[in-house]
Amino acid sequence: MTILKEPDFGTPASTSSTSVTVEVDGIPVTVPEGTSVMRAAATSGIDIPKLCATDSLEPFGSCRLCLVEIDGRRGTPASCTTPVADGMKVRTQTPRLEKLRQGVMELYISDHPLDCLTCSANGDCELQDMSGAVGLRQVRYGYEGENHLSLEKDTSNPYFDFEPSKCISCSRCVRACGETQGTFALTIEGRGFESKVSPGGLSFMASECVSCGACVQACPTATLQEKSVVQLGMPSRTVLTTCAYCGVGCSFKAELRGDELVRMVPYKDGGANEGHSCVKGRFAFGYATHPDRVLGPMIREKITDPWREVSWEEAITYTASRMREIQSSYGIGSIGGITSSRCTNEEVYVVQKLVRAAFGNNNVDTCARVCHSPTGYGLKQTFGESAGTQDFRSVAAADVIVVIGANPTDGHPVFASRMKRRLREGAKLVVIDPRRIDLVRSPHIEATHHLQLQPGTNVAVVNAFAHVVVTEGLVDAEFVAARCEGYEEWASFIAQPENSPEVVESITGVPAAEIRAAARLYASAGNAAIYYGLGVTEHSQGSTMVMGMANLAMATGNVGRDGVGVNPLRGQNNVQGSCDMGSFPHELPGYRHVSDDAVRTVFEGVWGRSILPTPGLRIPNMFDSAIAGTFRGLFVQGEDIAQSDPNTAHVTAALTAMDLVVVQDLFLNETSKFAHVFLPGTSFLEKDGTFTNAERRINRVRPVMAPKTGKHEWKIVCELAAALGYDMPYKHPREIMDEIAALTPTFAGVSFAALDRLGSIQWPCNENAPTGTPTMHVDSFVRGKGKFVPTSFVPTSERTTRKFPLILTTGRILSQYNVGAQTRRTANIAWHPEDVLEIHPHDADVRGIGDGDSVTLASRVGATSLRAVLSDRMPVGVVYTTFHHPVTGANVVTTENSDWATNCPEYKVTAVQVALRSQPPDPAEAADELTAARERAVID
Amino acid sequence: MSGTTPPTVRLANEIARQFHHQPPDTAATAIATHIERFWDPRMRTDLQHHATTAPESLDPVALAAAKLVGS
Repeated sequence: MTILKEPDFGTPASTSSTSVTVEVDGIPVTVPEGTSVMRAAATSGIDIPKLCATDSLEPFGSCRLCLVEIDGRRGTPASCTTPVADGMKVRTQTPRLEKLRQGVMELYISDHPLDCLTCSANGDCELQDMSGAVGLRQVRYGYEGENHLSLEKDTSNPYFDFEPSKCISCSRCVRACGETQGTFALTIEGRGFESKVSPGGLSFMASECVSCGACVQACPTATLQEKSVVQLGMPSRTVLTTCAYCGVGCSFKAELRGDELVRMVPYKDGGANEGHSCVKGRFAFGYATHPDRVLGPMIREKITDPWREVSWEEAITYTASRMREIQSSYGIGSIGGITSSRCTNEEVYVVQKLVRAAFGNNNVDTCARVCHSPTGYGLKQTFGESAGTQDFRSVAAADVIVVIGANPTDGHPVFASRMKRRLREGAKLVVIDPRRIDLVRSPHIEATHHLQLQPGTNVAVVNAFAHVVVTEGLVDAEFVAARCEGYEEWASFIAQPENSPEVVESITGVPAAEIRAAARLYASAGNAAIYYGLGVTEHSQGSTMVMGMANLAMATGNVGRDGVGVNPLRGQNNVQGSCDMGSFPHELPGYRHVSDDAVRTVFEGVWGRSILPTPGLRIPNMFDSAIAGTFRGLFVQGEDIAQSDPNTAHVTAALTAMDLVVVQDLFLNETSKFAHVFLPGTSFLEKDGTFTNAERRINRVRPVMAPKTGKHEWKIVCELAAALGYDMPYKHPREIMDEIAALTPTFAGVSFAALDRLGSIQWPCNENAPTGTPTMHVDSFVRGKGKFVPTSFVPTSERTTRKFPLILTTGRILSQYNVGAQTRRTANIAWHPEDVLEIHPHDADVRGIGDGDSVTLASRVGATSLRAVLSDRMPVGVVYTTFHHPVTGANVVTTENSDWATNCPEYKVTAVQVALRSQPPDPAEAADELTAARERAVID
Repeated sequence: MSGTTPPTVRLANEIARQFHHQPPDTAATAIATHIERFWDPRMRTDLQHHATTAPESLDPVALAAAKLVGS
């Protein structure tokens, strides 16, 4: 399509259910009560000139361009700040208004460089547009007086420039930073003529700016402008698509000039993000065209051989014949595949179908194994569906928000902005996290309770919450009686003294009074919502904790309406979708167990192959079986298991033991060092399909450019299946989705056509919910009655010792994503050039470690080195790092411990020791050391 | 510790720890059901092998569960 410009109604929509009718320039228009005159006019097709107003921000009334006349009222009120009243008669164009507006515009232009023809915003400048709209024909004031034209340009941010000489001080950027993003990094410094936008008196890069791009988007001039637009020029066409970073799944307008992507602009009608973005989605797309990308297939006999570039046909034929050879020698179950949460639903679906129908086994798993598999298990057991309960909008109705083991401002920043908005409106916040995340105290937000628990004691805390609810009479008895089962047994368990806050205090480190107060707050709120992340799931009791949270929500009646629920914040863009698509070895698409004869029969009828009724291997089981010699061939779609999975030495030993490792990825990642076949993958800009975000929202991913590899990923998989003797003759990914819909009841109403029509769809989507389901379990739970499950606290077996006296917990930061394969190949590296170890000053002091020192980090399974950063965010005894850089190899130290139910690794609890390193590591040397460590592990 | 414990034994023992609050018979049945629903058959066979050859390596409840698991 040509460039897509969404209409701007000037001020936000009113949510009132009462209507009023007004007349604008003689045209009657009916709008909700509370609507501004400006918006009412825009609704009737009349655009009132404006500069400081835009419908993503509250009205401000500063530019004085939107003045109108209203019958019976004196003066010329600003239409943006004047609400409509029934029967009001408004005039937007009169000689008086024309004169006033021209006078205002004259003043603006008198202090604005008139370089329109060479300005980067030429063609997309509201100041330019408004000059035309108000009929400005002359400027009586010259440049002789004081002006701002010589103010220095700030180019410090890698993605956008700040050119203050072009600023009209409309405050849209300042308000966007506050209202939309919630960071408040920008301000208007000075008064009167001295007023200017400032990132706290610093450069943008040195300021608290998080580079979300909201200010750039809000700017009506070229003051805040993407560097790519300055460099490449204004884009001329738009492709609507979906971000491929976190599980928020923001909708974007990919704006191109010819075939070149100029910028990504958040889409106002995107259900997940509603026009907002973060630094990754907005700017960090350069990896898609990075020279490191491998664009042709390669093979090699041994992993010590050099890669050999081959044709697609040779690569696929080679892969198929090696897979069949392995099966012939070691059995049907000796090979398998791993699907990727970065790939589309359609790409994932064909991989699991390849494994089940062409490989003939259920050895398929997905990277959700190492993040949210406990969510699938826990919510299925209790609620009956392996998915979160709400849409993101729901948080706007929450009165109490409990954030457990999640760091939304870094991991899910666009959702965090929604959450922060609600918190600024007055909702109460409880944070349960060993680390003092930013949300605990940030501008205009302060958690009522931060329960800084010891890592590994989540279940003890959630049980103590429930104990308070049950023993203090805070149970929603009516809800429980009508909607749930198993309550009596559970209540009897949870009321036992060992679950009381006073008893668990010595285990969790959280004062009993604090737990009691927080539990009362949660239980007595009108609407209380739980949001959680990997700090819940990546524990030996991850699944138990998910069930514990579900119990708590059911006991207090906080399920089944707006503002409540149990909501996983998913790590990767399509974690939900990859799980939905049947990526788990025990479940077919739609979370139906492979042992279900009726379900298998349906799939077998369409697929034309028998499906095994027994589960296959999970990823950790694949590794164990590889070392045992029974699992020898692996197809890995877009996951870097050698970097992301725990206990690197164990993973690399397993990969080395296999006869065939096939990697399908954008880059030669860490796993590809152990691969025999490399099949180049496509970036999200080349994909055609769908992603499903954390709120079950299915979004279209539309191709912005043709596959640089010459082949779509789903097509590669289909050709591999054909080479194995099984046809998957899809001509277009829409046909794959049609098959998914035909076989999966929760997707029955989903199609590319429906998505194009509706924009996005939240599953379940079927004849009962033809446009989707924003909130689940409204009248009844998916499983009928919600099931209370007793959740005994069983401490992890990972304990500190004299040798390893600290606990390491891991996480991610805003600018980087997962193993960093994408973000490290963008300018985001400016914010995070290396992984560091956050250590409490006390722990550092007793070890003689200073801020910035190089340290070794060792656990019982391995050691690595990195730089220390002193921080009191963690309690004494706990250290923290990220895993974005392969040089650091944080997973060298994480262990094989896992969630009892799902084998999700216990990344969040590893006993470690930290010691001062005598020599600072040279990055190349560190990489060599890591490789050597892996090789030693393989040899051992 | 973990380096010498067979993975299936380690996993079964980890599951068993979660069910210690239940009566042994109930726990064994629940564990066996869990293993049947989530474990690949070769892992079940391996567990049963260890239950026979090295029963002392298994938590008593895990051992009882291993005997209930179908291959």
